[in-house]
Amino acid sequence: MPDRIPPDSVGVVTPQHLTFHEPVALLCGRVLPHLELVYETYGELNAARSNAVLVCHALSGHHHAAGYHSADDERPGWWDNCIGPGKPIDTNRFFVVSLNNLGGCNGSTGPRSINPETGRTYGPDFPVVTVRDWVATQAMLADALHVDRWAAVIGGSLGGMQAMQWAIDLPERVAHAVLIASASRLSAQNIAFNEIARQAIVSDPEFNGGRYLDTASNPARGLMLARMLGHVTYQSDDGLRDKFGRDVKSGDLAAARDVQFQVESYLHHQGRSFSQRFDANTYLLMTRALDHFDPARDFNDDLVAALKRAQSDFLVVSFTTDWRFAPARSKEIVDALIAARKNVVSAVVDTPHGHDAFLLEVPRYFSVLRAYLQHVAERVNAR
Amino acid sequence: MRPDISIIADLVTADSRVLDLGCGDGELLAHLRRTKGVNGYGLEIDPEMITSCIAAGVNVIEQDLDQGLTNFPSDSFDLVVMTDTLQSVKRPDVMLDEMLRIGRECIVTFPNFAHWRCRLYLASRGRMPVAKHLPHHWYDTPNIHLCTFADFEALCTTKRLRVIERLVVDSDYANHSLMSRFPNLMGTTAFYHLGRPQ
Repeated sequence: MPDRIPPDSVGVVTPQHLTFHEPVALLCGRVLPHLELVYETYGELNAARSNAVLVCHALSGHHHAAGYHSADDERPGWWDNCIGPGKPIDTNRFFVVSLNNLGGCNGSTGPRSINPETGRTYGPDFPVVTVRDWVATQAMLADALHVDRWAAVIGGSLGGMQAMQWAIDLPERVAHAVLIASASRLSAQNIAFNEIARQAIVSDPEFNGGRYLDTASNPARGLMLARMLGHVTYQSDDGLRDKFGRDVKSGDLAAARDVQFQVESYLHHQGRSFSQRFDANTYLLMTRALDHFDPARDFNDDLVAALKRAQSDFLVVSFTTDWRFAPARSKEIVDALIAARKNVVSAVVDTPHGHDAFLLEVPRYFSVLRAYLQHVAERVNAR
Repeated sequence: MRPDISIIADLVTADSRVLDLGCGDGELLAHLRRTKGVNGYGLEIDPEMITSCIAAGVNVIEQDLDQGLTNFPSDSFDLVVMTDTLQSVKRPDVMLDEMLRIGRECIVTFPNFAHWRCRLYLASRGRMPVAKHLPHHWYDTPNIHLCTFADFEALCTTKRLRVIERLVVDSDYANHSLMSRFPNLMGTTAFYHLGRPQ
Protein backbone atom coordinates (compact mmCIF):
# COMPACT_ATOMS: atom_id res chain seq x y z
CA MET A 1 0.00 0.00 0.00
CA PRO A 2 1.42 3.44 -0.90
CA ASP A 3 2.66 5.72 1.90
CA ARG A 4 0.23 8.48 1.22
CA ILE A 5 -2.89 6.48 2.07
CA PRO A 6 -3.42 7.26 5.75
CA PRO A 7 -3.36 4.37 8.24
CA ASP A 8 -6.90 5.09 9.43
CA SER A 9 -8.25 4.64 5.91
CA VAL A 10 -9.96 1.52 4.67
CA GLY A 11 -7.34 1.66 1.90
CA VAL A 12 -7.90 0.84 -1.76
CA VAL A 13 -11.40 -0.42 -2.43
CA THR A 14 -13.01 -1.87 -5.50
CA PRO A 15 -16.65 -1.22 -6.33
CA GLN A 16 -18.70 -4.37 -6.78
CA HIS A 17 -21.66 -4.98 -9.05
CA LEU A 18 -24.69 -7.08 -8.44
CA THR A 19 -27.26 -7.83 -11.11
CA PHE A 20 -30.74 -9.02 -10.29
CA HIS A 21 -32.28 -10.69 -13.31
CA GLU A 22 -35.80 -10.88 -11.98
CA PRO A 23 -38.15 -7.94 -12.63
CA VAL A 24 -38.43 -5.30 -9.92
CA ALA A 25 -41.83 -3.72 -9.35
CA LEU A 26 -41.67 -0.11 -8.25
CA LEU A 27 -44.17 1.83 -6.17
CA CYS A 28 -45.17 3.94 -9.18
CA GLY A 29 -46.53 0.79 -10.85
CA ARG A 30 -43.77 0.36 -13.39
CA VAL A 31 -41.51 -2.67 -13.53
CA LEU A 32 -37.79 -2.68 -14.18
CA PRO A 33 -36.92 -5.86 -16.13
CA HIS A 34 -33.67 -6.17 -14.25
CA LEU A 35 -31.65 -4.23 -11.75
CA GLU A 36 -27.98 -3.55 -11.32
CA LEU A 37 -26.58 -2.11 -8.10
CA VAL A 38 -23.04 -0.92 -7.54
CA TYR A 39 -21.76 -1.00 -3.98
CA GLU A 40 -18.67 -1.09 -1.80
CA THR A 41 -18.02 -2.83 1.50
CA TYR A 42 -15.52 -2.03 4.24
CA GLY A 43 -14.58 -4.25 7.17
CA GLU A 44 -15.63 -7.86 7.55
CA LEU A 45 -18.93 -9.54 8.22
CA ASN A 46 -18.62 -11.53 11.43
CA ALA A 47 -19.64 -15.17 11.74
CA ALA A 48 -22.96 -14.31 13.37
CA ARG A 49 -23.59 -11.76 10.57
CA SER A 50 -24.61 -9.32 13.28
CA ASN A 51 -22.23 -6.45 12.56
CA ALA A 52 -23.44 -5.15 9.20
CA VAL A 53 -24.06 -1.43 8.83
CA LEU A 54 -25.80 0.15 5.85
CA VAL A 55 -24.77 3.66 4.88
CA CYS A 56 -27.41 5.47 2.80
CA HIS A 57 -26.32 8.36 0.63
CA ALA A 58 -27.92 11.75 0.25
CA LEU A 59 -28.95 13.69 -2.84
CA SER A 60 -25.65 13.79 -4.69
CA GLY A 61 -23.90 10.85 -3.04
CA HIS A 62 -22.95 7.42 -4.30
CA HIS A 63 -21.49 4.06 -3.31
CA HIS A 64 -17.93 5.32 -2.83
CA ALA A 65 -18.17 6.36 0.81
CA ALA A 66 -14.68 5.50 2.07
CA GLY A 67 -11.18 4.63 0.95
CA TYR A 68 -9.50 5.18 -2.40
CA HIS A 69 -10.10 3.64 -5.79
CA SER A 70 -6.40 3.49 -6.58
CA ALA A 71 -3.10 4.32 -4.96
CA ASP A 72 -2.98 7.66 -6.74
CA ASP A 73 -6.63 8.51 -6.31
CA GLU A 74 -6.68 12.16 -5.28
CA ARG A 75 -9.72 12.10 -3.05
CA PRO A 76 -11.18 9.44 -0.78
CA GLY A 77 -14.88 8.52 -0.58
CA TRP A 78 -17.45 11.10 0.51
CA TRP A 79 -17.64 9.95 4.16
CA ASP A 80 -14.05 8.82 4.59
CA ASN A 81 -13.63 11.01 7.69
CA CYS A 82 -16.29 8.90 9.44
CA ILE A 83 -15.75 5.38 8.10
CA GLY A 84 -12.54 3.47 8.74
CA PRO A 85 -10.51 1.67 11.38
CA GLY A 86 -10.93 3.55 14.67
CA LYS A 87 -13.31 6.10 13.13
CA PRO A 88 -16.88 6.59 14.40
CA ILE A 89 -18.19 3.95 11.95
CA ASP A 90 -15.37 1.65 12.95
CA THR A 91 -14.46 -0.88 10.28
CA ASN A 92 -12.55 -2.89 12.90
CA ARG A 93 -15.94 -3.73 14.36
CA PHE A 94 -18.48 -3.22 11.60
CA PHE A 95 -19.02 -4.56 8.11
CA VAL A 96 -20.06 -1.42 6.27
CA VAL A 97 -22.10 -1.50 3.06
CA SER A 98 -22.57 1.55 0.86
CA LEU A 99 -24.39 1.50 -2.46
CA ASN A 100 -25.41 3.79 -5.27
CA ASN A 101 -29.18 3.99 -5.11
CA LEU A 102 -31.51 2.91 -7.86
CA GLY A 103 -31.88 5.85 -10.24
CA GLY A 104 -28.36 7.06 -9.54
CA CYS A 105 -25.69 7.96 -12.05
CA ASN A 106 -22.68 6.17 -10.62
CA GLY A 107 -23.24 2.64 -11.87
CA SER A 108 -26.58 1.47 -10.51
CA THR A 109 -29.54 1.19 -12.85
CA GLY A 110 -30.67 4.72 -13.60
CA PRO A 111 -31.53 7.21 -16.33
CA ARG A 112 -28.18 6.58 -18.04
CA SER A 113 -28.84 2.82 -18.31
CA ILE A 114 -30.14 1.20 -21.47
CA ASN A 115 -33.86 0.49 -21.46
CA PRO A 116 -34.06 -3.08 -22.82
CA GLU A 117 -37.50 -2.34 -24.26
CA THR A 118 -36.28 0.47 -26.50
CA GLY A 119 -32.60 -0.27 -26.81
CA ARG A 120 -31.68 3.28 -25.87
CA THR A 121 -31.00 5.08 -22.60
CA TYR A 122 -33.94 5.62 -20.26
CA GLY A 123 -33.19 9.31 -19.87
CA PRO A 124 -36.37 11.14 -18.83
CA ASP A 125 -38.39 7.90 -19.18
CA PHE A 126 -36.80 6.34 -16.15
CA PRO A 127 -39.55 5.42 -13.67
CA VAL A 128 -40.28 7.65 -10.69
CA VAL A 129 -38.52 6.19 -7.68
CA THR A 130 -39.32 6.72 -4.03
CA VAL A 131 -37.47 6.28 -0.77
CA ARG A 132 -39.55 3.12 -0.28
CA ASP A 133 -38.22 1.73 -3.57
CA TRP A 134 -34.71 2.44 -2.39
CA VAL A 135 -35.32 0.56 0.84
CA ALA A 136 -36.82 -2.38 -1.07
CA THR A 137 -33.85 -2.56 -3.45
CA GLN A 138 -31.37 -2.11 -0.62
CA ALA A 139 -33.08 -5.10 1.01
CA MET A 140 -32.38 -7.12 -2.14
CA LEU A 141 -28.71 -6.23 -1.72
CA ALA A 142 -28.89 -7.20 1.97
CA ASP A 143 -30.31 -10.59 0.97
CA ALA A 144 -27.51 -11.11 -1.53
CA LEU A 145 -24.94 -10.28 1.15
CA HIS A 146 -26.70 -12.63 3.63
CA VAL A 147 -27.45 -9.79 6.01
CA ASP A 148 -30.74 -10.56 7.74
CA ARG A 149 -30.64 -7.64 10.12
CA TRP A 150 -28.56 -4.50 10.01
CA ALA A 151 -26.80 -3.56 13.24
CA ALA A 152 -27.46 -0.03 12.07
CA VAL A 153 -28.82 1.82 9.07
CA ILE A 154 -27.17 5.23 8.94
CA GLY A 155 -27.79 8.26 6.78
CA GLY A 156 -27.65 12.04 6.66
CA SER A 157 -30.27 14.23 5.00
CA LEU A 158 -32.01 12.13 2.32
CA GLY A 159 -29.94 9.22 3.68
CA GLY A 160 -31.58 9.66 7.09
CA MET A 161 -34.97 9.40 5.40
CA GLN A 162 -33.95 6.01 4.03
CA ALA A 163 -32.87 4.90 7.50
CA MET A 164 -36.27 5.96 8.87
CA GLN A 165 -38.11 4.18 6.06
CA TRP A 166 -36.10 1.02 6.72
CA ALA A 167 -37.18 1.06 10.37
CA ILE A 168 -40.83 1.44 9.33
CA ASP A 169 -40.97 -0.87 6.29
CA LEU A 170 -38.70 -3.70 7.43
CA PRO A 171 -38.71 -3.36 11.22
CA GLU A 172 -37.35 -6.83 11.93
CA ARG A 173 -34.28 -6.11 9.79
CA VAL A 174 -33.00 -2.98 11.57
CA ALA A 175 -31.51 -2.92 15.07
CA HIS A 176 -30.58 0.78 15.14
CA ALA A 177 -31.49 3.66 12.84
CA VAL A 178 -29.25 6.73 12.77
CA LEU A 179 -30.95 9.81 11.32
CA ILE A 180 -28.63 12.77 10.81
CA ALA A 181 -29.83 16.23 9.72
CA SER A 182 -33.01 14.68 8.42
CA ALA A 183 -36.77 15.23 8.47
CA SER A 184 -39.93 13.17 8.38
CA ARG A 185 -41.01 15.23 5.39
CA LEU A 186 -39.88 18.35 3.61
CA SER A 187 -41.29 21.77 4.33
CA ALA A 188 -42.86 23.85 1.54
CA GLN A 189 -39.76 26.06 1.59
CA ASN A 190 -37.56 23.04 1.08
CA ILE A 191 -39.64 21.75 -1.83
CA ALA A 192 -39.54 25.27 -3.29
CA PHE A 193 -35.74 25.26 -3.33
CA ASN A 194 -35.77 21.88 -5.05
CA GLU A 195 -38.18 23.17 -7.67
CA ILE A 196 -35.97 26.17 -8.46
CA ALA A 197 -33.06 23.77 -8.90
CA ARG A 198 -35.15 21.56 -11.20
CA GLN A 199 -36.29 24.54 -13.25
CA ALA A 200 -32.67 25.62 -13.68
CA ILE A 201 -31.99 22.21 -15.23
CA VAL A 202 -35.06 21.74 -17.41
CA SER A 203 -34.88 25.29 -18.78
CA ASP A 204 -31.29 24.78 -19.94
CA PRO A 205 -31.52 24.55 -23.79
CA GLU A 206 -29.10 21.62 -23.66
CA PHE A 207 -31.58 19.65 -21.53
CA ASN A 208 -33.54 18.75 -24.65
CA GLY A 209 -36.51 17.33 -22.74
CA GLY A 210 -34.14 15.06 -20.86
CA ARG A 211 -32.80 13.52 -24.09
CA TYR A 212 -29.43 15.27 -23.86
CA LEU A 213 -27.49 11.99 -24.07
CA ASP A 214 -28.94 11.34 -27.53
CA THR A 215 -27.30 14.52 -28.78
CA ALA A 216 -24.15 13.99 -26.74
CA SER A 217 -24.84 17.16 -24.81
CA ASN A 218 -25.20 18.01 -21.12
CA PRO A 219 -27.32 20.71 -19.44
CA ALA A 220 -24.21 21.79 -17.56
CA ARG A 221 -25.44 25.33 -17.07
CA GLY A 222 -28.63 24.16 -15.38
CA LEU A 223 -26.85 21.58 -13.23
CA MET A 224 -24.34 24.21 -12.20
CA LEU A 225 -27.08 26.65 -11.16
CA ALA A 226 -28.93 23.89 -9.31
CA ARG A 227 -25.78 23.02 -7.40
CA MET A 228 -24.91 26.63 -6.64
CA LEU A 229 -28.37 27.20 -5.20
CA GLY A 230 -28.20 23.97 -3.23
CA HIS A 231 -24.76 24.78 -1.93
CA VAL A 232 -25.77 28.16 -0.53
CA THR A 233 -28.74 26.65 1.25
CA TYR A 234 -26.59 23.86 2.74
CA GLN A 235 -24.45 26.47 4.47
CA SER A 236 -25.25 29.06 7.09
CA ASP A 237 -24.81 32.82 6.83
CA ASP A 238 -22.15 32.68 9.55
CA GLY A 239 -20.44 29.74 7.88
CA LEU A 240 -20.09 31.52 4.55
CA ARG A 241 -18.94 34.67 6.35
CA ASP A 242 -16.27 32.72 8.22
CA LYS A 243 -15.09 31.01 5.06
CA PHE A 244 -15.14 33.89 2.59
CA GLY A 245 -16.25 37.09 4.28
CA ARG A 246 -16.23 39.74 1.57
CA ASP A 247 -12.84 38.74 0.24
CA VAL A 248 -12.43 39.75 -3.35
CA LYS A 249 -10.87 37.56 -5.96
CA SER A 250 -8.85 40.37 -7.44
CA GLY A 251 -8.12 43.82 -6.10
CA ASP A 252 -8.65 45.30 -9.54
CA LEU A 253 -12.39 45.73 -10.07
CA ALA A 254 -12.00 46.45 -13.77
CA ALA A 255 -10.01 43.27 -14.34
CA ALA A 256 -12.46 41.09 -12.40
CA ARG A 257 -15.60 41.54 -14.47
CA ASP A 258 -17.09 38.08 -14.08
CA VAL A 259 -16.08 36.87 -10.67
CA GLN A 260 -15.47 39.52 -8.07
CA PHE A 261 -15.83 37.84 -4.69
CA GLN A 262 -14.26 34.66 -3.37
CA VAL A 263 -17.66 33.23 -2.54
CA GLU A 264 -18.65 33.50 -6.21
CA SER A 265 -15.51 31.77 -7.33
CA TYR A 266 -16.18 29.00 -4.82
CA LEU A 267 -19.77 28.52 -6.00
CA HIS A 268 -18.70 28.51 -9.65
CA HIS A 269 -16.15 25.84 -8.90
CA GLN A 270 -18.63 23.71 -6.95
CA GLY A 271 -21.29 24.10 -9.61
CA ARG A 272 -18.95 23.39 -12.51
CA SER A 273 -17.43 20.25 -11.05
CA PHE A 274 -20.87 18.96 -10.09
CA SER A 275 -22.20 19.56 -13.61
CA GLN A 276 -19.42 17.39 -15.00
CA ARG A 277 -19.97 14.46 -12.68
CA PHE A 278 -23.73 14.34 -12.12
CA ASP A 279 -26.61 13.34 -14.36
CA ALA A 280 -29.41 15.87 -14.78
CA ASN A 281 -32.20 13.27 -14.91
CA THR A 282 -30.85 11.65 -11.75
CA TYR A 283 -30.88 15.05 -10.05
CA LEU A 284 -34.53 15.54 -10.99
CA LEU A 285 -35.42 12.03 -9.84
CA MET A 286 -33.58 12.29 -6.52
CA THR A 287 -35.09 15.66 -5.62
CA ARG A 288 -38.54 14.28 -6.45
CA ALA A 289 -37.96 11.33 -4.11
CA LEU A 290 -36.90 13.83 -1.45
CA ASP A 291 -40.01 15.98 -1.95
CA HIS A 292 -42.41 13.06 -1.81
CA PHE A 293 -40.92 11.36 1.23
CA ASP A 294 -43.62 11.30 3.90
CA PRO A 295 -43.88 8.00 5.80
CA ALA A 296 -46.74 9.34 7.95
CA ARG A 297 -48.97 9.69 4.89
CA ASP A 298 -49.60 5.95 4.79
CA PHE A 299 -50.77 6.21 8.42
CA ASN A 300 -53.34 9.02 8.19
CA ASP A 301 -50.59 11.62 8.61
CA ASP A 302 -49.78 10.16 12.01
CA LEU A 303 -46.01 9.90 12.33
CA VAL A 304 -46.34 8.23 15.73
CA ALA A 305 -48.42 5.44 14.20
CA ALA A 306 -45.83 5.03 11.42
CA LEU A 307 -42.95 4.85 13.88
CA LYS A 308 -44.78 2.45 16.19
CA ARG A 309 -44.05 -0.21 13.59
CA ALA A 310 -40.31 0.19 14.14
CA GLN A 311 -38.46 -2.32 16.29
CA SER A 312 -35.17 -0.46 16.23
CA ASP A 313 -33.59 2.07 18.53
CA PHE A 314 -32.88 5.51 17.12
CA LEU A 315 -30.21 8.18 17.18
CA VAL A 316 -31.34 11.56 15.85
CA VAL A 317 -28.72 14.27 15.28
CA SER A 318 -29.29 17.82 14.04
CA PHE A 319 -27.16 20.94 13.65
CA THR A 320 -28.01 24.35 15.09
CA THR A 321 -27.34 26.36 11.92
CA ASP A 322 -28.94 23.89 9.50
CA TRP A 323 -31.93 25.69 8.04
CA ARG A 324 -32.71 23.21 5.25
CA PHE A 325 -33.18 20.35 7.72
CA ALA A 326 -33.55 22.41 10.85
CA PRO A 327 -33.28 21.01 14.40
CA ALA A 328 -37.05 21.56 14.69
CA ARG A 329 -37.59 18.90 12.00
CA SER A 330 -35.44 16.43 13.94
CA LYS A 331 -37.33 17.34 17.09
CA GLU A 332 -40.58 16.33 15.42
CA ILE A 333 -39.08 12.91 14.79
CA VAL A 334 -37.79 12.64 18.36
CA ASP A 335 -41.14 13.64 19.87
CA ALA A 336 -42.92 11.09 17.69
CA LEU A 337 -40.42 8.40 18.71
CA ILE A 338 -40.96 9.13 22.39
CA ALA A 339 -44.73 9.01 21.89
CA ALA A 340 -44.27 5.71 20.01
CA ARG A 341 -42.28 4.44 23.03
CA LYS A 342 -39.13 3.79 21.05
CA ASN A 343 -35.65 4.04 22.48
CA VAL A 344 -34.18 7.28 21.19
CA VAL A 345 -31.16 9.46 21.75
CA SER A 346 -31.02 12.96 20.33
CA ALA A 347 -28.23 15.51 20.02
CA VAL A 348 -28.40 19.06 18.68
CA VAL A 349 -24.85 19.89 17.67
CA ASP A 350 -23.76 23.51 17.77
CA THR A 351 -21.78 24.29 14.63
CA PRO A 352 -21.61 27.12 12.07
CA HIS A 353 -21.54 24.70 9.12
CA GLY A 354 -25.26 24.46 8.35
CA HIS A 355 -26.66 21.36 6.66
CA ASP A 356 -23.22 20.46 5.28
CA ALA A 357 -22.09 19.74 8.84
CA PHE A 358 -23.32 16.16 8.47
CA LEU A 359 -20.40 15.49 6.12
CA LEU A 360 -17.80 17.26 8.23
CA GLU A 361 -15.68 16.17 11.15
CA VAL A 362 -17.40 18.30 13.80
CA PRO A 363 -15.88 17.06 17.10
CA ARG A 364 -19.11 16.98 19.14
CA TYR A 365 -20.99 15.30 16.27
CA PHE A 366 -18.33 12.64 15.90
CA SER A 367 -18.12 11.98 19.63
CA VAL A 368 -21.90 11.42 19.70
CA LEU A 369 -21.72 9.08 16.70
CA ARG A 370 -18.74 7.27 18.17
CA ALA A 371 -20.37 6.75 21.57
CA TYR A 372 -23.62 5.58 20.01
CA LEU A 373 -21.97 3.17 17.59
CA GLN A 374 -19.75 1.74 20.33
CA HIS A 375 -22.95 1.03 22.22
CA VAL A 376 -24.41 -0.53 19.05
CA ALA A 377 -21.29 -2.69 18.59
CA GLU A 378 -21.60 -3.99 22.13
CA ARG A 379 -25.28 -4.76 21.74
CA VAL A 380 -24.86 -6.72 18.52
CA ASN A 381 -21.63 -8.40 19.67
CA ALA A 382 -19.70 -6.93 16.80
CA ARG A 383 -16.23 -8.24 16.00
CA MET B 1 -23.92 5.14 43.19
CA ARG B 2 -25.25 8.64 43.76
CA PRO B 3 -26.81 8.51 47.25
CA ASP B 4 -30.15 10.06 46.25
CA ILE B 5 -30.79 7.37 43.63
CA SER B 6 -31.81 4.58 45.98
CA ILE B 7 -34.11 6.96 47.87
CA ILE B 8 -35.84 7.94 44.60
CA ALA B 9 -35.93 4.36 43.33
CA ASP B 10 -37.95 3.37 46.41
CA LEU B 11 -40.61 5.88 45.35
CA VAL B 12 -40.88 4.63 41.76
CA THR B 13 -43.45 2.06 40.64
CA ALA B 14 -42.08 -0.86 38.64
CA ASP B 15 -42.53 -0.79 34.84
CA SER B 16 -43.63 2.84 34.84
CA ARG B 17 -42.81 5.45 32.22
CA VAL B 18 -40.42 8.04 33.64
CA LEU B 19 -39.18 11.40 32.34
CA ASP B 20 -36.05 12.72 34.09
CA LEU B 21 -35.56 16.48 33.66
CA GLY B 22 -31.87 17.32 33.81
CA CYS B 23 -30.81 13.67 33.84
CA GLY B 24 -27.03 14.29 34.02
CA ASP B 25 -25.05 11.19 33.13
CA GLY B 26 -28.19 9.04 33.17
CA GLU B 27 -27.28 7.12 36.31
CA LEU B 28 -30.79 7.35 37.79
CA LEU B 29 -32.50 6.19 34.60
CA ALA B 30 -30.01 3.37 34.12
CA HIS B 31 -30.66 2.26 37.71
CA LEU B 32 -34.44 2.48 37.33
CA ARG B 33 -34.32 0.49 34.11
CA ARG B 34 -32.17 -2.19 35.73
CA THR B 35 -34.02 -2.51 39.01
CA LYS B 36 -37.56 -1.42 38.15
CA GLY B 37 -37.96 -2.18 34.45
CA VAL B 38 -38.67 1.50 33.88
CA ASN B 39 -39.10 2.88 30.33
CA GLY B 40 -37.33 6.20 30.81
CA TYR B 41 -36.21 9.27 28.93
CA GLY B 42 -33.91 12.02 30.18
CA LEU B 43 -33.55 15.62 29.08
CA GLU B 44 -30.09 17.17 29.27
CA ILE B 45 -28.11 20.00 27.64
CA ASP B 46 -24.55 19.32 28.76
CA PRO B 47 -22.75 17.67 25.80
CA GLU B 48 -20.45 15.57 28.00
CA MET B 49 -23.35 14.33 30.10
CA ILE B 50 -25.23 13.44 26.92
CA THR B 51 -22.29 11.38 25.70
CA SER B 52 -22.18 9.58 29.08
CA CYS B 53 -25.89 8.77 28.73
CA ILE B 54 -25.31 7.40 25.23
CA ALA B 55 -22.49 5.19 26.49
CA ALA B 56 -24.78 3.93 29.26
CA GLY B 57 -27.53 3.15 26.76
CA VAL B 58 -29.87 5.70 28.34
CA ASN B 59 -32.50 7.48 26.24
CA VAL B 60 -31.26 11.06 26.40
CA ILE B 61 -32.86 13.97 24.57
CA GLU B 62 -30.95 17.21 24.08
CA GLN B 63 -33.43 19.82 25.22
CA ASP B 64 -33.21 22.99 27.32
CA LEU B 65 -35.78 22.89 30.15
CA ASP B 66 -36.10 26.67 30.11
CA GLN B 67 -37.28 26.56 26.49
CA GLY B 68 -40.42 24.84 27.73
CA LEU B 69 -41.77 21.31 27.64
CA THR B 70 -44.73 21.97 25.34
CA ASN B 71 -43.54 19.21 23.00
CA PHE B 72 -44.51 16.66 25.66
CA PRO B 73 -48.23 15.86 25.58
CA SER B 74 -50.28 15.83 28.79
CA ASP B 75 -50.36 12.46 30.59
CA SER B 76 -47.57 11.10 28.41
CA PHE B 77 -45.60 9.85 31.44
CA ASP B 78 -46.43 8.16 34.73
CA LEU B 79 -43.76 10.05 36.62
CA VAL B 80 -41.61 13.12 35.99
CA VAL B 81 -38.44 13.40 38.07
CA MET B 82 -36.21 16.39 38.68
CA THR B 83 -33.23 16.01 40.95
CA ASP B 84 -31.41 19.04 42.32
CA THR B 85 -32.43 21.19 39.35
CA LEU B 86 -35.72 22.90 40.27
CA GLN B 87 -33.85 25.78 41.94
CA SER B 88 -31.95 26.51 38.72
CA VAL B 89 -34.81 26.78 36.23
CA LYS B 90 -36.31 30.14 35.26
CA ARG B 91 -39.73 29.53 36.80
CA PRO B 92 -39.86 26.66 39.31
CA ASP B 93 -43.60 27.17 39.88
CA VAL B 94 -44.40 26.86 36.16
CA MET B 95 -42.03 23.89 35.98
CA LEU B 96 -43.99 22.11 38.71
CA ASP B 97 -47.23 22.71 36.79
CA GLU B 98 -45.63 21.32 33.65
CA MET B 99 -44.25 18.27 35.44
CA LEU B 100 -47.71 17.43 36.77
CA ARG B 101 -49.31 18.05 33.37
CA ILE B 102 -46.93 15.66 31.58
CA GLY B 103 -46.88 13.08 34.37
CA ARG B 104 -49.53 12.01 36.83
CA GLU B 105 -46.95 12.31 39.58
CA CYS B 106 -43.60 13.98 40.07
CA ILE B 107 -40.58 13.71 42.32
CA VAL B 108 -38.45 16.79 42.98
CA THR B 109 -35.37 17.15 45.12
CA PHE B 110 -33.82 20.48 46.08
CA PRO B 111 -31.38 21.97 48.62
CA ASN B 112 -32.61 23.69 51.78
CA PHE B 113 -31.53 27.31 52.20
CA ALA B 114 -32.75 27.32 55.82
CA HIS B 115 -30.31 24.67 57.03
CA TRP B 116 -28.73 25.85 60.29
CA ARG B 117 -25.31 26.21 58.69
CA CYS B 118 -26.74 28.59 56.07
CA ARG B 119 -28.56 30.53 58.75
CA LEU B 120 -25.44 30.76 60.89
CA TYR B 121 -23.29 31.76 57.90
CA LEU B 122 -25.65 34.56 56.92
CA ALA B 123 -26.23 35.69 60.51
CA SER B 124 -22.58 35.73 61.55
CA ARG B 125 -20.84 36.84 58.37
CA GLY B 126 -23.63 38.74 56.67
CA ARG B 127 -22.76 37.07 53.37
CA MET B 128 -24.52 34.61 51.09
CA PRO B 129 -23.88 31.11 52.42
CA VAL B 130 -21.43 28.78 50.72
CA ALA B 131 -21.82 25.26 52.05
CA LYS B 132 -21.20 21.66 51.10
CA HIS B 133 -24.64 21.34 49.51
CA LEU B 134 -24.49 24.92 48.10
CA PRO B 135 -20.93 25.22 46.82
CA HIS B 136 -21.30 28.26 44.51
CA HIS B 137 -20.85 31.97 45.03
CA TRP B 138 -23.81 34.30 44.57
CA TYR B 139 -22.49 35.51 41.22
CA ASP B 140 -21.77 32.17 39.56
CA THR B 141 -24.42 29.95 41.04
CA PRO B 142 -26.82 28.15 38.71
CA ASN B 143 -29.21 28.13 41.69
CA ILE B 144 -31.16 31.25 40.86
CA HIS B 145 -34.27 30.28 42.85
CA LEU B 146 -33.09 28.90 46.17
CA CYS B 147 -35.80 28.22 48.70
CA THR B 148 -36.33 26.65 52.08
CA PHE B 149 -38.35 23.57 52.88
CA ALA B 150 -40.97 25.86 54.42
CA ASP B 151 -41.12 27.93 51.22
CA PHE B 152 -41.67 24.85 49.09
CA GLU B 153 -44.27 23.48 51.47
CA ALA B 154 -46.12 26.80 51.18
CA LEU B 155 -46.01 26.58 47.36
CA CYS B 156 -47.44 23.07 47.49
CA THR B 157 -50.24 24.34 49.72
CA THR B 158 -50.98 27.28 47.40
CA LYS B 159 -51.09 24.95 44.42
CA ARG B 160 -53.12 22.43 46.45
CA LEU B 161 -50.67 19.73 45.37
CA ARG B 162 -51.05 16.29 46.86
CA VAL B 163 -47.93 15.41 48.85
CA ILE B 164 -47.65 11.66 48.49
CA GLU B 165 -44.40 11.54 50.41
CA ARG B 166 -41.85 13.98 51.78
CA LEU B 167 -38.44 13.08 53.01
CA VAL B 168 -35.61 15.18 54.37
CA VAL B 169 -31.97 14.12 54.64
CA ASP B 170 -28.73 15.70 55.80
CA SER B 171 -25.56 16.01 53.79
CA ASP B 172 -24.72 12.36 54.47
CA TYR B 173 -28.15 11.34 53.18
CA ALA B 174 -29.06 10.14 56.65
CA ASN B 175 -32.37 10.81 58.33
CA HIS B 176 -32.14 11.00 62.13
CA SER B 177 -34.67 11.87 64.81
CA LEU B 178 -33.51 15.46 65.31
CA MET B 179 -34.10 16.07 61.62
CA SER B 180 -37.56 14.59 61.70
CA ARG B 181 -38.44 17.08 64.41
CA PHE B 182 -36.74 20.11 62.84
CA PRO B 183 -36.44 19.35 59.12
CA ASN B 184 -36.18 22.99 58.01
CA LEU B 185 -33.27 23.52 60.39
CA MET B 186 -31.43 20.23 60.17
CA GLY B 187 -32.08 18.94 56.62
CA THR B 188 -29.98 19.81 53.57
CA THR B 189 -31.94 18.06 50.84
CA ALA B 190 -35.67 17.45 50.43
CA PHE B 191 -37.42 14.79 48.38
CA TYR B 192 -41.02 15.53 47.46
CA HIS B 193 -43.22 12.98 45.75
CA LEU B 194 -46.20 14.98 44.51
CA GLY B 195 -49.52 14.32 42.84
CA ARG B 196 -51.88 16.61 40.92
CA PRO B 197 -54.00 19.19 42.78
CA GLN B 198 -56.85 17.65 44.73
